[in-house]
Amino acid sequence: MQSQIIEQGRSSAAPVPFGHFEGVHQHFRRPGQAPLVAIENITFDVKAGHLVTLLGPSGCGKTTFLKIVAGLIPASGGTIQINGRAVVEPQPDFGVVFQQANLMPWRTIQANVLFPMEILGRTDAAAELRARELLALVGLEGFEKSYPAQLSGGMQQRVALCRALIHKPKLLLMDEPFGALDELTRMEMQDLLLDIRAKTGATVMFVTHSISESVYISDIVCVFSKRPAVIADFIAVDLPYPRSAEIRYLPEFTELEHRAGRALGITR
Amino acid sequence: MRLHHVRNAFYPVAGIAIILVAWQFYTQFFAINRIVLPSPADIFWASAANWNVLLRESWPTFVESVLGFALAVAIGIPFAVCVANSRVLNLTLYPILIATQSIPKVAVAPIILVWFGLGMQSKLVIAFLVAFFPIVVDTAAGMRATPAGLLELARSLRASPLQIFLKVQFPAALPFIFAGAKVAVTLAVIGAVIGEFIGSMNGLGNLLLTANSQLDSPLAWAALVWLSALGVLLFGAVVLAERIVMPWSETGHH
Ligand SMILES: Nc1ncnc2c1ncn2[C@@H]1O[C@H](COP(=O)(O)OP(=O)(O)OP(=O)(O)O)[C@@H](O)[C@H]1O
Ligand SMILES: [Mg+2]
Repeated sequence: MQSQIIEQGRSSAAPVPFGHFEGVHQHFRRPGQAPLVAIENITFDVKAGHLVTLLGPSGCGKTTFLKIVAGLIPASGGTIQINGRAVVEPQPDFGVVFQQANLMPWRTIQANVLFPMEILGRTDAAAELRARELLALVGLEGFEKSYPAQLSGGMQQRVALCRALIHKPKLLLMDEPFGALDELTRMEMQDLLLDIRAKTGATVMFVTHSISESVYISDIVCVFSKRPAVIADFIAVDLPYPRSAEIRYLPEFTELEHRAGRALGITR
Repeated sequence: MRLHHVRNAFYPVAGIAIILVAWQFYTQFFAINRIVLPSPADIFWASAANWNVLLRESWPTFVESVLGFALAVAIGIPFAVCVANSRVLNLTLYPILIATQSIPKVAVAPIILVWFGLGMQSKLVIAFLVAFFPIVVDTAAGMRATPAGLLELARSLRASPLQIFLKVQFPAALPFIFAGAKVAVTLAVIGAVIGEFIGSMNGLGNLLLTANSQLDSPLAWAALVWLSALGVLLFGAVVLAERIVMPWSETGHH
């Protein structure tokens, strides 16, 4: 099963894939105990422009893997390449959305969105215009001068999305960004993400533990096993974009959900 | 002035009014000697009759407190930033700071007076010493309490240590710094008065002591009232500064 999965994951004679992960392994030292192996062995490729979700049970190492890809923690072993270059430190042309919105309460919404540009030294009129455009795109027009405390959780998460997109990242890394939202807002945000992806062409790696979310938004669903994580299944979702809520009721959709459920070991 | 402001002001004002009425009643009904306990009315009239003296003597106390506090802020915040961000400095200086803090300032005051004389300088130094500790402790706590998510965000953009400090750590510590400043500013007034008690030529503390030795209790109590008014005024100034520097913290409440 494993080898077949890897074949599916990698386009055979193609040029360098956008993202290339081979034998990624991660363990954490624990004082007085054997090291905890979070990720056993993860190997797959990501095509440029694809939206890949990492689906897996809680505590299996999804966040850890995403942070490794983001260059925030060094992997214990394996190869991590983006655009043909090894990732050993954070890359400014990545955008990261964390599980919490992580907005700065002392900055206005507009200033929060512009934070990456300030760090990268690229604040100018064009950046401010782009911040306003992004906020309008996520339906937050008129909130530029508000403070985060005045926004709801869903609105804050949309601001975090704008902030991750402000510097036009080639790779967008998202860790359960909609996990804390109610079902309705969550579905709205999924459509918004697909909309933004279509407009920007960014490659997206998206962590979730919702099966239907992963099937709905993905080109590829990469199912992680329980800890220590290996790839349990690598599912290509051949449903055309743009997608809308109706496809959730298609038999193909349900079949893909079943397959993901089987890989997770919750359905047979 | 919105309605809830009026409502919030009502309770303390009503509380003080009740205490004053009870106090007035008590001193009059039991014919308490005004040297032992002057009535609120006595204090009021002493204050009104001596307003120019009280005002004149307030000035040095005000200057000593404010400069001592300002010095504590100016030195305490950078000190705390260094201590919080350097392991070596933290291990070296923090124990020394704690040890010196546990020395009662009243005990040090006479020595300070020997060093800096009977003028305003010595009071300023004592005010500085008492205000320094809360500023340092709260600022250092704030420096260490930066939300991990924000640090991770900054790291994901490869922000420099200076950028992280200026754009994340320091603004995130502001609520802590102001909490420390509010404690420090009232302590600074106390420090100045301690200095004036031990040896001085002027100031509200000096006036209080003089009036007391002349058994002019109404005036001594008037000096006490002016002292607490001075403390409230300075505290209010810090709260105002907080509102100006951190406008976002207010927007969350309403
Ligand atoms: N810094 C660390 N030190 C030690 N153990 C860690 C560390 N970070 C993560 N782990 C462990 O690694 C495992 C995977 O954690 P991770 O956060 O990646 O899970 P996850 O798949 O994102 O889970 P969830 O869906 O609940 O967010 C967990 O068992 C966790 O305890
Ligand atoms: Mg996680």
